[in-house]
Amino acid sequence: MSVAVDRAVPLPASRRGARRRVDGAPLLRGAVGAWLSLIVVLPLIAVAVRSLDNGLAGFWKAVTAPQAVAALQLSLVASVGVVAVNAVLGTLIAWVLIRDRFPGKAIVDALIDLPFALPTIVAGLTLIALYGPKSPLGVSVAYTRAGIVLALLFVTLPFVVRAVQPVLAELDAEVEEAAHALGASGWTTFRLVILPALLPAILSGAGLAFARAVGEFGSVVLISGNIPFRTEVAAVNIFTQVENNNPAAAAAISVVLLALAMAVLAAIALLERRSTRHERVD
Amino acid sequence: MGIVVRNVGKRFGAYTALEDVSIEVPDGSLTALLGPSGSGKSTLLRIVAGLETPDRGSVLIEGRDATNLPPQERGVGFVFQHYAAFKHMTVRDNVGFGLRIRKAPKAQVRTRVDELLGLVQLDGLAERYPSQLSGGQRQRMALARALAVEPRVLLLDEPFGALDARVREELRDWLRRLHEQVHVTTVLVTHDQEEAMEVSSRIVVMNHARVEQVGAPADLYERPASDFVMGFVGKVNRLPGAYIRPHEVRICDPREPGCEAAEVERLLALGFETRVELRRRRDGQRLWAQLAPDELARLGLEPGQEVGIDLARARRIGDEALLAGTAA
Repeated sequence: MSVAVDRAVPLPASRRGARRRVDGAPLLRGAVGAWLSLIVVLPLIAVAVRSLDNGLAGFWKAVTAPQAVAALQLSLVASVGVVAVNAVLGTLIAWVLIRDRFPGKAIVDALIDLPFALPTIVAGLTLIALYGPKSPLGVSVAYTRAGIVLALLFVTLPFVVRAVQPVLAELDAEVEEAAHALGASGWTTFRLVILPALLPAILSGAGLAFARAVGEFGSVVLISGNIPFRTEVAAVNIFTQVENNNPAAAAAISVVLLALAMAVLAAIALLERRSTRHERVD
Repeated sequence: MGIVVRNVGKRFGAYTALEDVSIEVPDGSLTALLGPSGSGKSTLLRIVAGLETPDRGSVLIEGRDATNLPPQERGVGFVFQHYAAFKHMTVRDNVGFGLRIRKAPKAQVRTRVDELLGLVQLDGLAERYPSQLSGGQRQRMALARALAVEPRVLLLDEPFGALDARVREELRDWLRRLHEQVHVTTVLVTHDQEEAMEVSSRIVVMNHARVEQVGAPADLYERPASDFVMGFVGKVNRLPGAYIRPHEVRICDPREPGCEAAEVERLLALGFETRVELRRRRDGQRLWAQLAPDELARLGLEPGQEVGIDLARARRIGDEALLAGTAA
């Protein structure tokens, strides 16, 4: 009876939509939850459990080993530096690609994605061919920290550029004109009006670049030479532990690397939140 | 003279936006640039502001040649249709922007911003973000921001175009009163003839990249210089070779001399006025008369009724005697 009445009076489209969504949601939510558990949560738990194979003392010993500390430190510092460079240069590249007109712009734009498309080990090979001991340019950064930074810069190039480009393209030209009419020079307008609008995109690009850089292996392993205490990054150090048949230590160092990465990402997310607070107030 | 534009031309590729346009805007006046979209009115305003460069001609602001000055040095306040708010800044920071970049002392900026927020009736909203304001409030904020730097001229580009009818109505009224207080030379671009007539003391009518006519609102209505102005400013009945305003059509007795027989086709009550749609017996010509409700009640018209119409006040298009004194 009540069903018949329901049918007779059609619901507004929005309410009908809401009803249908409620029906589908629990199943979908379950599937997403299961998938994320399988792909993300379970492996993380497995690593955490494995890291305690030799007990808390074993964990502590592994992560405070001078070589592990040096590797973690190197990865963290190099990544932060690389992200800072990326934030500036990535914004600059995005600016040129959006605001400038020059022949071959489409090709340059396509080039930005190349570091993404290239398998990282190929990127490593390319870099060592160009900047290695047999450099045709006479510039060798092989087996140095500069080489690591170079490799990380290469693989993280697209993140900030691709995050900033669409936002910059969508910026309202009238807002800049308003600033000009109020007396603001080009630079003042950039600093006070454009940059704050780009900041959330820059930060989110920077976050992705950091996540990529801090755990980078393939592009770094060849050019760095993996000299302990000097050019061995965290990911390589973890690999070395595995090779030396010490999976518990590898897992322990992984956990610390993960924690450090998450801390930095959380800090970036916090900055991003602050830079967009004007959008959330109600 | 507040603003003088001399022989300005502007093309965008093959499209001519302005063709040899000259206008003068008196000091302290509120002048409207009125025209349909694509008539060049916004381009003209942007050229005055320095946001667009003319291909030829010159722009003088308060007697100073501004043709080659960047917008930063022209001393203009510009208000955009879509507010152009600085979204990441509070209302206070938006309004104080021009003063802050001029390195005005903080206390002075604060006082001036508070003063302006009072003027545009946004007191108490200083710490909000633009996203928390209504469209009308955002536009008032944009106006306060433009006025903060004490511009020589205030340029408004369809400032109420994005607002709903009721808010438009309110803001027009408010703008007129504001102009009486502030008295800055103001140019308002609009495509809405009612808005132009209600707010401004002078109207520049533009069409097809040219100025059609300049005059007071009543001038344009009573003595349009061209067919275009006649049709664009105010309602009009077009008759073969002549025109008549709907309020000039007199309903009379068909036997009266000078009256022609017509049939009432339809009555449309619009509240403050009634539209009487008529059809002339002689040639089937359709036209309409505008009557006040009490006049309608007095005449007691019904659809289908036979009446007389007196078109004595009809004017011939291009008749020099009737369209005198309106050369732009």
